[in-house]
Amino acid sequence: MSERAQIDNFTELGLVERREALAVGKFDLVKEVRRLSAKIEAKSVLNAFLETTDELAVECTSKLAHSEEAFPLRGVVLAVKDNIALKDHQLTCASKILDGYKSLFTSTALQRLSDAGVVIIGKTNLDEFAMGSSTEHSAFGPSLNPFDNSRVPGGSSGGSAAAVAAGLATASLGSETGGSVRQPAAFCGLVGIKPTYGRISRYGLVAFGSSLDQIGVMARTTYECAKVFETMAGHDPLDNTSSPVPVPDCAGNLDRPLKGLRVGLPREYREGTIQPEVANSVERAAKVLKEMGATITECSLPHTKYAIPVYYILAPAEASSNLARYDGVRYGLRRGTPPPTPPASGGEVAPPLPPIEDIIRASRQAGFGAEVKRRIMLGTYVLSSGYYDAYYLKAQKVRRLIRQDFLNVFDDFDLLLTPTTPTTAFKFGEKTADPIAMYLSDIFTAPANLAGVPAISVPFGFDDKGLPIGIQLMAADFREDLLFQVAHQLEGVAQ
Amino acid sequence: MSDYAVTIGLEVHAQLLTNTKMFCGCKASYGAAHNSLTCPVCMGLPGALPMPNRRAIEMAVKVGLATGSTITRATKFDRKNYFYPDLPKGYQISQFDKPICAGGSMEIRGLFGVKRVGITRIHLEEDAGKSQHGDDDGTLIDLNRCGVPLIEIVSEPDMSSPEEAYAYLMEIRRLVRWLEVCDGNLEEGSLRCDANISVAPEGERGVPVEIKNLNSFHGVEKAIRYEIERQSEVVRNGGKISRMTLLWDSDKGETRVMRTKEAAHDYRYFPEPDLVELSISDQMMAEAHEASPEYPWVRRERYVGIGVKPDDADVLTAEKEFGEYFEEVFAGCNNEAPRAVRWVIGEALRWRKELGGGERFVVSAYATAEVAGLEASGKISGLAAKTVYEEMARTGRSDPAMIVKEKGLEQVSDTGALEAVITKIIEDNPKEVERYRGGDMKLKGFFVGQVMKAMGGKADPKATGEILGRLLG
Ligand SMILES: [Zn+2]
Repeated sequence: MSERAQIDNFTELGLVERREALAVGKFDLVKEVRRLSAKIEAKSVLNAFLETTDELAVECTSKLAHSEEAFPLRGVVLAVKDNIALKDHQLTCASKILDGYKSLFTSTALQRLSDAGVVIIGKTNLDEFAMGSSTEHSAFGPSLNPFDNSRVPGGSSGGSAAAVAAGLATASLGSETGGSVRQPAAFCGLVGIKPTYGRISRYGLVAFGSSLDQIGVMARTTYECAKVFETMAGHDPLDNTSSPVPVPDCAGNLDRPLKGLRVGLPREYREGTIQPEVANSVERAAKVLKEMGATITECSLPHTKYAIPVYYILAPAEASSNLARYDGVRYGLRRGTPPPTPPASGGEVAPPLPPIEDIIRASRQAGFGAEVKRRIMLGTYVLSSGYYDAYYLKAQKVRRLIRQDFLNVFDDFDLLLTPTTPTTAFKFGEKTADPIAMYLSDIFTAPANLAGVPAISVPFGFDDKGLPIGIQLMAADFREDLLFQVAHQLEGVAQ
Repeated sequence: MSDYAVTIGLEVHAQLLTNTKMFCGCKASYGAAHNSLTCPVCMGLPGALPMPNRRAIEMAVKVGLATGSTITRATKFDRKNYFYPDLPKGYQISQFDKPICAGGSMEIRGLFGVKRVGITRIHLEEDAGKSQHGDDDGTLIDLNRCGVPLIEIVSEPDMSSPEEAYAYLMEIRRLVRWLEVCDGNLEEGSLRCDANISVAPEGERGVPVEIKNLNSFHGVEKAIRYEIERQSEVVRNGGKISRMTLLWDSDKGETRVMRTKEAAHDYRYFPEPDLVELSISDQMMAEAHEASPEYPWVRRERYVGIGVKPDDADVLTAEKEFGEYFEEVFAGCNNEAPRAVRWVIGEALRWRKELGGGERFVVSAYATAEVAGLEASGKISGLAAKTVYEEMARTGRSDPAMIVKEKGLEQVSDTGALEAVITKIIEDNPKEVERYRGGDMKLKGFFVGQVMKAMGGKADPKATGEILGRLLG
């Protein structure tokens, strides 16, 4: 029996019903949090969590219970990808190199959520430094897909997706660089949003590809996803790239009629090998939208085919620099030197220390996994003198063309409708031998990261194996409200 | 010293005098406990992000305006990647292809004459931490300095002697101090200098060799001289200069190889994705203009214009506060430039050097002006004025009129008293009177001397001269 099939009253309820049930005492949040902690333990085979924060969660819940304030997000029990900083808690990024490291500060996103009454239940698994699409690149083993334990939950935010899908949390935070929230959301039957670049502060999100990274949200319902998003979004003086554009009311406008909505079906997202049931879900969604009064027209984003190559130049380039700080010198794993010993008493002479280069080399050698090393090498190469113009600079130019495609198309359309992924969740080991095949699972998601536009994945049907299918909606900069609105209305007819 | 064409360019790093660091809120100051002025941003902890310091940007713009550089209105930051334990992020945030200022120049003066040295660029960056290398017990790292804002001022290779390089560096130092953007201390490292030197037979292009670690003004001159000699020797023997980086060892007075061309870093610069492109607004340009003081070379011309000798004008514009002092004294001297110059250079600056460690005036400009005024009005003699001044310098008093009174230094200009004394002197020295009246006019000095002696130096010279003239007929 699949994990998903087990009914769990608390996490199965929508946020509104959950809040009402809490208010009338049908549930006790402290008890529910304890029960969820126990359930995480019981479901440890899923390997969704790298750390549970039970004590913090219970402490938060008791504080909520005794407060007069009407915390807007009371009732949200959150799982957090372990690359988002929470003070005094681990921040492994699923890498051995951050072994033993504890964050000295809390990310802006988590601070805003905590202030709104969210209870944080644990830190979730991911592909090491968010580099991957399956969690198979985690140094702590992969997470399992709750729908089919022989399949990946997607990645890199696979632990966060598995946690919500298995009812171990009501919502979760992931991070996106090329689809790392939308793809696992699609694989695990969740709503998952990648906001506009700059919408949510990156302060406290461990950098992978800084010009692409955004924190995203996964939840079972669009409403909960929108509530969590709204609370985190908005300008942060600690992140120079965060946008001052005001955040509209998203969760409050989900039922606005869709009449007159101009929906585009990009031609380039229907090419190549797409699982027929996935293509069918997109067709079906288009039909539903049409019935709701939208117009459906084919359109074109001509530079789409360059998205993956451009992504795999720019993201590794930035990563090669972002990951340079993990050198074994100040924190995390250190190799290549004997551990510090207390001063010798008898005037013995300590053995001479090895040169610093040896320590850095040995620490990085032992601390990083193969995929991370591959990307650091790729990134170092494309930034090297003599290759910079041909790779990095060229890729930047193509990135601008990709963004221009979106700007052009949003002159004529309000929304784009595409599949989130070419297939439903794949099996473990299916793509690990061929990095390119793995990279291509981001083919429909990476363009939104390169262009900076917001995109959402909504569950829309199942394939013949019972695996969830995700469809993707993309909108112009800062139009997350529209994404949530359409996602919510599709959600109503999805099953 | 060399028969070949010598080309020298300097790269000067100046630590900016901001309250906080370049990209975080940590205090930028010296002397605090090791690693106490740090935070997640300047320690490069996972997830921390930089925020640019507006004051540092303004300071860079001020230096740009002063050097006549073009301010890059759409500028940006870049990452310079290299591994070093005191560089916690594994990269330094700097500027690569769009420095905040470009294409300026500075005029330098010396025995070589007057010369204009081009400034290629000025860019903003963050400082690294400090490594303290022990003998065999490893290296200690202090990150207090890490993230302190720097500007790097890169000159054109326009200098051709160690003297010119020295003069250029001094001029840069004067400017950054004048603009109050850097304290200009080479020994403490708030100003740092690297030199690029090439020597080649006339008409040929040389290969620049970089020298680092030039941590004193005379070290710069010495190291450059040493390197010119070394390269000249190589060229003379038919050898080839190879591109490399040298370290100056000031104790031994020689350079040694730090790295060769083969080991040169590839810094893999690319645009800093954590910072949006920086646009220098019209408002910031206006504010920088507004905040810029009268430049030293402008002030120098103005002083020459009001009657200060050019050499004295150089002295009075060596530091900005000299000029401010001078102008207060000048006003107190009824705008008589020579008198004010004499008081400021001859007294105030002399005592500043003698008792103020060369760092502070020991007598206020106001008090100096007052003494100058007492002398000018004839209330005290020039000699008495100096006595009063020394008293103020040594005791820190600033009430010259009181000192005059206490010491009884007022000049006697009471004609009755003077007449009585002079009448007596005439009576007592009949021979001299006879000779004087016979045409030996030089004897007037003798009589003045006698009067001064009788009056204890306090006779008003003007009144004395008048009465003597009248009574001696
Ligand atoms: Zn700091």
